[in-house]
Amino acid sequence: MQRIRLRYTKRGRLRFTSHRDFQRAFERALRRAEVPMAYSAGFTPHPKVSYANAAPTGTGSEAEYLEIALTEPRDPERLRALLDESLPAGLDIVEAVEARTSGLADRLTASVWELRLDGVAPEDARRAVDAFNAAETVEVQRRTKNGVRTFDARSAVVGLESAKTHSSQADRPSDHPCAILRLVVRHVTPAVRPDDVLSGLRAVADLAPPVPAAVTRLAQGLFDEETGTVTDPLAPDREAAATVPHPAAATAAATAPA
Amino acid sequence: MPAEAAESVFPQLEALLPHVQKPIQYVGGELNSTVKDWDSCDVRWALMYPDAYEVGLPNQGVMILYEVLNEQDGVLAERTYSVWPDLEALMREHHVPQFTVDSHRPVKAFDVLGLSFSTELGYTNMLTALDLSGIPLEAKDRGLDDPIVMAGGHAAFNPEPIADFIDCAVIGDGEQAVLEVTRIIRAWKEEGRPGGREELLFRLAKTGGVYVPGFYDVEYLPDGRIARVVPNRSGVPWRVSKHTVMDLDEWPYPKQPLVPLAETVHERMSVEIFRGCTRGCRFCQAGMITRPVRERSITGIGEMVDKGLKATGFEEVGLLSLSSADHSEIGDIAKGLADRYEDDKIGLSLPSTRVDAFNIDLANELTRNGRRSGLTFAPEGGSERIRKVINKMVSEDDLIRTVATAYGNGWRQVKLYFMCGLPTETDDDVLQIADMATRVIQKGREVSGSNDIRCTVSIGGFVPKPHTPFQWAPQLSAEETDERLAKLRDKIRGDKKYGRSIGFRYHDGKPGIVEGLLSRGDRRVGAVIRAVYEDGGRFDGWREHFSYDRWMNCADKALAPFGVDVDWYTTRERTYEEVLPWDHLDSGLDKDWLWEDWQDALDETEVEDCRWTPCFDCGVCPQMDTSIQIGPTGKKLLPLTVKNAAPAAGGGR
Repeated sequence: MQRIRLRYTKRGRLRFTSHRDFQRAFERALRRAEVPMAYSAGFTPHPKVSYANAAPTGTGSEAEYLEIALTEPRDPERLRALLDESLPAGLDIVEAVEARTSGLADRLTASVWELRLDGVAPEDARRAVDAFNAAETVEVQRRTKNGVRTFDARSAVVGLESAKTHSSQADRPSDHPCAILRLVVRHVTPAVRPDDVLSGLRAVADLAPPVPAAVTRLAQGLFDEETGTVTDPLAPDREAAATVPHPAAATAAATAPA
Repeated sequence: MPAEAAESVFPQLEALLPHVQKPIQYVGGELNSTVKDWDSCDVRWALMYPDAYEVGLPNQGVMILYEVLNEQDGVLAERTYSVWPDLEALMREHHVPQFTVDSHRPVKAFDVLGLSFSTELGYTNMLTALDLSGIPLEAKDRGLDDPIVMAGGHAAFNPEPIADFIDCAVIGDGEQAVLEVTRIIRAWKEEGRPGGREELLFRLAKTGGVYVPGFYDVEYLPDGRIARVVPNRSGVPWRVSKHTVMDLDEWPYPKQPLVPLAETVHERMSVEIFRGCTRGCRFCQAGMITRPVRERSITGIGEMVDKGLKATGFEEVGLLSLSSADHSEIGDIAKGLADRYEDDKIGLSLPSTRVDAFNIDLANELTRNGRRSGLTFAPEGGSERIRKVINKMVSEDDLIRTVATAYGNGWRQVKLYFMCGLPTETDDDVLQIADMATRVIQKGREVSGSNDIRCTVSIGGFVPKPHTPFQWAPQLSAEETDERLAKLRDKIRGDKKYGRSIGFRYHDGKPGIVEGLLSRGDRRVGAVIRAVYEDGGRFDGWREHFSYDRWMNCADKALAPFGVDVDWYTTRERTYEEVLPWDHLDSGLDKDWLWEDWQDALDETEVEDCRWTPCFDCGVCPQMDTSIQIGPTGKKLLPLTVKNAAPAAGGGR
């Protein structure tokens, strides 16, 4: 059985896709692309897909990850292209590597987010960020199924800054004041989401964007304590593939029609 | 329309989406959706299914017309659906108009707003959409820059209750009709829109296939009945004809079915295997207004399934029609598809309503690899006598034999559909449903040797519909319907030995009365619809939004000036002489034949199916110049041998 890890995006208006919606769309794409999926055993077999850590509905993402299990080996790049073609534009499959290591989910310990605050002056954003960073804890509230919960949004945040220029993936035109925040947050339980950090900014500095923030996950991976950066979670698989070609993949490449 | 009025409203909408439920339903971008260049098209359609996206998106009618129109050069079609009240409130607050999900352009910027009404319960949603669009609710107040508001779908066979709100209605099959309408609009626009809106509507009306309510006056008798409906200008026909597509193989739509991201009510690749039905069930409007039977060929079906699955990735195929087991080659179709998709985990489904052993063979074939969970049959009436009244020719012994075969083949659950409130019905007719269910369980336990089998009885109130032999029948009041259903429930629950194996699902009689008012209503009912809408009525097909009291209060007020009331429209029996509100809409059925069939119903006399007995003169074929088109073609559906020859994913070219 071959396992392939994919990075995919939720871009533009399709960022409103919920995780359940994405799952259905992805499983259909697997059928359209005629991917030889491995199925779970049991009464109602399901294709073997493991999703990791999906971004909330309404937030964009450049870095979502999943892993699929195949019964026959396939070339990851060709598989990627086929799957990408089988999904609506915006849900794009951007990277594929064969799994050579264990524990992809264990390597997703932090995320980098971009928060675009339309209608907010950059100076105001900077002041709020400074106040947030200076605080020891920032209590915020979130409504959950079981009522309103209060928790600290500060300790999971390992980086929050107001960006000078934006490397935006977001899709809104901007001729008005617009602040861009870059946020690095650890994946902890309970999760601290970009929304919670925005609530925190409101709590510490009364920052209240006039329109909902456009939030995009730029990266996800292992948090490097020394450099304070988030590393590419597929890099170990890619490195392993470069040194030892997988026998199955080699066979597939050899037998594939030109 | 000035160009800037056609700009996308997505930026404004986007700011509202984080605050509403399931925002994905408003963003479009579905697989196989089409966005054409606005400026390079001269005829632009907004197609609306006036219900929530999750119900509207899978609608075959809208999907077919969307594709047929978008295939034309210079024509574009986009879709719009009803927005839920949470978004409606925000749109009103922030002045965002009703939009299409494809390019998010305001509906008002289009040439036509075409609404597909499968049910009358979408009427209030139409008014919401018109108002959100900034289009005047009543046709008489609209100007040159407002779209033509056109109704279609089965409910449009009696468009009189919405006559004030629509500019026109088209009845029957839409495929060719929309192209003809497009041609007329294009010519009128090219000529510089001579004579304005009225001239365009006149050109449409002149074809004889587009009903423009504004060109007809309704005169009433002192007792409230209609005296006559007459054209108020020369050149428009006395009666407007339905449209009939004759060769379904020439119209293999949808070719590229839309694949939603949001969850919807039907997630499958649907293929219409034939259109029309001549079984002659007297309650069934669909069967009456879609005659004659026109089959899609076995090879045409095979091709549509193959292409459709490739285009969508759906894992289920639905073979749709009004009675799918009646296709002349259904056995070969079922076997051929089951063979073809044996290894692909593709489910096949057939809305199975016929009660005979052949149906079980079919069901077995379609579930070759899968579970045999439930089979559904629709005897519709509980007693032999009432089944003769409705012309649903199935004897209780047939039914028991059929379910015995089903349980013997490993099926564990049988669902039975019935109606309550059928003409001439008494308590006894309905209570016999319990006896039937008991016999089903008895037989099932005997055949399967197990107590682990179930029978579910599902029952709803009957609503008499226009263009059927029951169009003259009195509807049973909500109170009597509820009483009768309560008696049936008590009888089933009271059965100590079998009651626990019988499930009972029923719908109360109140929504049926509103549906009855709208189904057989005339133009005066429009005032009720408007009052309900203005009082906040929306999504009447949804239990959590529907308010019977609101409808009754509004009807009392709005109908009082005319001296009629809800009972007058629903529980009153009509006579032969009465002019019915829809008489000037020609479904092809001969009114005298319908009346005779109504008399036959009262005499408990059955009528055969004209596919295998001589014509019984319902009138449709000569009136519409059509004929029955059925097989067998003798062709076989072969497995596609090319499949799996070269693995596509990663291994292909």
